[in-house]
Amino acid sequence: MSDTLTTTCPLTSKDFVSDQEVKWCPGCGDYSILKQAQTILPSIGIPKEKIVFVSGIGCSSRFTYYMDTFGIHSIHGRACPIAEGIKTARPELSVWVATGDGDALSIGGNHFIHLLRKNFNLNVLMFNNQIYSLTKGQYSPTSEIGKITKSSPYGTIETPFNPLELALGAGGSFVARTIDRNPKHMQMILKRAAEHEGTSFVEVYQNCNVFNDGAFFMYTEKETKDEESLYLEHNKPMVFGNQNSKGIKLNGWLPEVVDLKTFSVNDLPVYNENDKTLATILARFFENKPNHPHLPRPFGIFYTEQRPAYEKLMALQIEEAKKKKGSPTLNEVLAGSMTWEVN
Amino acid sequence: METLSKEPPTAKIIETEAVVIRFSGDSGDGMQLTGTLFSDTSSILGNDICTFPDYPSEIRAPIGTVAGVSGFQVQIGSREIFTPGDEYDVLVAMNAAALKVELKKLKKGGTIIANTNGFDSKNLRLAGYPENVNPLEDNSLENYQVISIDISHLTKECLKGIGLSTKETERTKNMFVLGLLFWLFDRNIENALTFIKEKFSKNELVLNANVEAIKAGNNYGDNLQLFSCRYKVNPAKLPTGKYRSVNGNQAVTFGLIAASMKSALPLFLGSYPITPASDILHELSKYRNLGVKTFQAEDEIAGVCSAIGASYSGCLSVTTTSGPGMSLKTEALGLACILEIPLVIVNVQRGGPSTGLPTKTEQADLFQAFYGRHGEAPIPVLAASTPSNCFEITYEACRIAIEYMTPVIILSDGYIANGTEPWKFPAEEELNPIMISFISNPNSGNGHYLPYKRDEKLSRPWVLPGTKGMEYRIGGLEKQHETGNVCYEPLNHEKMVRLRDEKIRNIAKTIPLQKIDNDIQNAEIAVVTWGSTYGSVKTAVKMLTEEGIQVAHIHIHYLNPFPSNLGELLKKFDKILIPEMNMGQLAEIIKSHFLIPVIQLNKIQGQPFTVAEVMAKVRGLVN
Repeated sequence: MSDTLTTTCPLTSKDFVSDQEVKWCPGCGDYSILKQAQTILPSIGIPKEKIVFVSGIGCSSRFTYYMDTFGIHSIHGRACPIAEGIKTARPELSVWVATGDGDALSIGGNHFIHLLRKNFNLNVLMFNNQIYSLTKGQYSPTSEIGKITKSSPYGTIETPFNPLELALGAGGSFVARTIDRNPKHMQMILKRAAEHEGTSFVEVYQNCNVFNDGAFFMYTEKETKDEESLYLEHNKPMVFGNQNSKGIKLNGWLPEVVDLKTFSVNDLPVYNENDKTLATILARFFENKPNHPHLPRPFGIFYTEQRPAYEKLMALQIEEAKKKKGSPTLNEVLAGSMTWEVN
Repeated sequence: METLSKEPPTAKIIETEAVVIRFSGDSGDGMQLTGTLFSDTSSILGNDICTFPDYPSEIRAPIGTVAGVSGFQVQIGSREIFTPGDEYDVLVAMNAAALKVELKKLKKGGTIIANTNGFDSKNLRLAGYPENVNPLEDNSLENYQVISIDISHLTKECLKGIGLSTKETERTKNMFVLGLLFWLFDRNIENALTFIKEKFSKNELVLNANVEAIKAGNNYGDNLQLFSCRYKVNPAKLPTGKYRSVNGNQAVTFGLIAASMKSALPLFLGSYPITPASDILHELSKYRNLGVKTFQAEDEIAGVCSAIGASYSGCLSVTTTSGPGMSLKTEALGLACILEIPLVIVNVQRGGPSTGLPTKTEQADLFQAFYGRHGEAPIPVLAASTPSNCFEITYEACRIAIEYMTPVIILSDGYIANGTEPWKFPAEEELNPIMISFISNPNSGNGHYLPYKRDEKLSRPWVLPGTKGMEYRIGGLEKQHETGNVCYEPLNHEKMVRLRDEKIRNIAKTIPLQKIDNDIQNAEIAVVTWGSTYGSVKTAVKMLTEEGIQVAHIHIHYLNPFPSNLGELLKKFDKILIPEMNMGQLAEIIKSHFLIPVIQLNKIQGQPFTVAEVMAKVRGLVN
C-alpha cells in the first residue's frame, strides 16, 4: 500500500488515540491490547483514514470508540458480517474486528466460522478472558469445565471451545495466539496479522481482573511462565522452560516433553507455520488431562497459508464478467433481451 | 361479449375480451415453463396478461398425488387485465391429480385438455379416485368440453429419431401442449416460434425437439377437429410504448439496479436464500458485469449485517428475505435505524407464522414492518401493488433510504413476486434523480466532523471511510445529538428518539399525495387496499361501476409515513372497506391513526382475493 502521508509525516501511536475517555476497569488486560494496536498501526503502511474497526458487544467491543480511525460498534455477535460487508464493498480498506470469546464464539459463532472459511482479508482480534464480563460474570464458551460463576453456582458442565482448533477446522488461513502481558509478542503478532492476506485470527489471552482474575497468570508470572508457555517460531525447534531447558518432540503423532540435558536441540522437529498437521497438534496443547504428559501452552503463529481473499476473487469475477458481457447501459438492462412495441 | 367470427374454418372462432387458462400437472411436468412461455408469447402478440404461478413447497412431491400438483394460471385479454382470473375457461390437466385439484374453479362449459397417459389406473389411484372410476370416461364431466389426448404418446411419436433420451422426450410433452394451445388461441405459430427459438438458442438439440413438439401440437389441433371452438383474443389497447414482460422479483432487481446507476452508488446485496425471495438474489447475481456485489451470507442476520457494513462504506445496500428471515433481521434493523444509514430491506411476504406456507401468498407482515423492533425504531414502509409496480416502489425506497439516511422496508408478496405482466418500462431519463449527502469536509466551526448534525430534512451526512480527517465512530449505543458520541443523558435520549421519529415523518413531505385510484369522489364507500390486493379490487370496483354501483378505490403505496392527506381523504366516505390477506392489519393501523371506523374483509388462505369475493362484499354494504 503506497501512502505519501506516512512517508512525509509519519504517524505515531498518539494519532490513533480517540478523544473518548477509556472506560475499562483499572487493571484490565484490554488496555494492553489497545496500546499494542495503537503502537503498531503507524507502521503497517496504511493511512489511518483507511482503517476501520468493527466490534460487537462486550467489554472488548468498546475498543472501537477508543481508536481514532473509522469504526462501528455494532450488535452482539455481528461484527464479522458487518466487517465482511465493509471489506467486500471497499477492498482497499484495512478492516479490523475487535471481539470477545462470548461475542465471537457464542452468539456470533456461526459468523466466525464462515468468515474463516470465506477468507476475507480481515484481522480478527478475539479477546479471550474466559468469562462474560460486561454482563457481570457468567461463564463463557471458553470457560473451563467445572468453573463456578454466577450462572453456574455448581460449576459448568460444558466442555469449552478450543478456539484455535476451531479456527483451524473452519479453514482459517492465519491462526495465532498471544497474551496481554507480553506486549512485544503481541505487537509482532498484530503486525504479521496485518500483513497477512486473508482472515487473520488472533486469540489474545486477556485477564479480566474483576470476574476472572489470574486465568492466565501461569503464562505470565515469573515462577511459572517459562515452564508453562511455549513460544513458537517458524523454522526453529520448539524449546521452552527455564533457560530453554526443555523441548517438544514428536513420537509418531504424539507430542512429548523432553529434557535437553538428555536430548540435543537437533533432535527436535523445527516448527513450520505452514504445516497444518503440526499446527493442529500444537493447537491440541490445550487441556492437560490426567495420565497425559503435561504440555506447555503455545503462543505465536500456529498456522498461515496463502489463499485468495474473498473480496479479491469477487473483484476478479467482476472484471471477467465485464470483459465477457460488457457493461450495458441502464436502458439496455431494463429492456432486456425481449421487448415489443405497442402502437 | 362474445361474438362469432365470420370465418369459421373447422372449429368456430370465438372472439373474446379475456380468457383464463390454467396449466396443471405434476411438479415435474413443466407446467410453470409452459405457462410462462404461453404468457410471454401472448404479451408479445399484444395481449395484456396477468399470471399466477401456484406451486407446492415440495420440489418433487410424490409423483401423481394431489400434493404434487403444480399450477400456472394466466388471464390474457384484449383489455387491461389486473388479475389472473377467478375461474378458468381452459384447464390443461396433465394427470388425474391435476384434474381433481383444479376442476372446482373451471367455468361451467369450460374446456379440459387432459393427457390420458396421466389417467391410467395408477395415476387415478394416486389421485385418490375410487377404484374403476375414470372421470374422463364416466360422464361426470359432461358439463365441460373434454379433449382427451395421449400427449405423452404423441410427443414420443413426433420426436422419434431426433436423438433425445426417453426421459428427455417425456419431458418435452409440455411443448406439445404449448403447440396445441397456440392453435386453440389462434396464434401465429411462426411468431411464437421466433420467441421460442430465442429462448432455447443455447442447446440445439433441445431447441429442435421443442420446435418439433410445438409444431406437432399445433398440427394436431388443426387436423383432428377435436375442438368445437377456438378463441381469439385481440391485442389490448395498452398505452403506446416499448414493453417487456416482468415479474415482481425481477422488477425489484431492476429497481435496485436503476437506483444504483442513477445515484452512482455501487450496489451491494447481502442475502440468504428463502422462498419466495431467492429470485432477487439469483437475478442480481447475474449482474457482476455491472459491478453488482451479491453476497450469499451464512444466515439472514449476516445478510442484513453485511449490508449494513457495505452501507457504512458507501454502497446502496440491500437485503432481501421473506417473513422468517425478516424476524431474524429485526435486531440489525434497530442498529441500522440508530446508525442512520441507508438500507433497503425487501420482504417478499408468504403465509405465516413460522415456516407457514412458504410458496403461498399473504400480507400478514405489515405489523412487523411497522412495529417489529424493540425501542422506538421507526422505519419507512412501502408496498408494491403489481409485478411491475415493484420497480417503482423499489426505486422510491432506495431514494428515500439515501436521501433520509434510513433503512426502508419494501413489502412485496409471493403473488406479485412470481406473477408476470407486460411492463412499459421507463427510460433512464424519466427516473427521478437521487440526492446523496456525502461530505468530505468537517461540518462544524471548530473543524470537527459531527456525524449527527442534521440538515433541514433532519437527515445526517454520509461520510465514506477513507475520507482523510473525517474518522468517526458510530454504534448501537445512544448517541449525543450532533457529536454522535455515546451519551446516556435522559434529555438527550428523548431528543434523539424524537428527532429520529420526526425525520421519518418528514418523508411525507416528499411523497405524492394520496389519490383515488378510479377517480370516483362522490361515493358512499371507499375500498382501501395496500399491496397485491390491488388487482382484484381494481377489477371488482370497475365491474361494480359498470353495474352502476359507485365505489371509490384508494390504494396506498406509502404506508409509513402515510401520505399527508390520507386521513382527510378517508373521512370523506361514509364507509371504508379494507380487504386484506391477513386478519386486518392495515385496518387496525388506519383505525388507530385516524380514529375512524373501518369494515374488514379478510382472507387468510394463502390465495389472493377473487374479484367475485370483493364484489359480493361491496354489494352487501351497498344494500
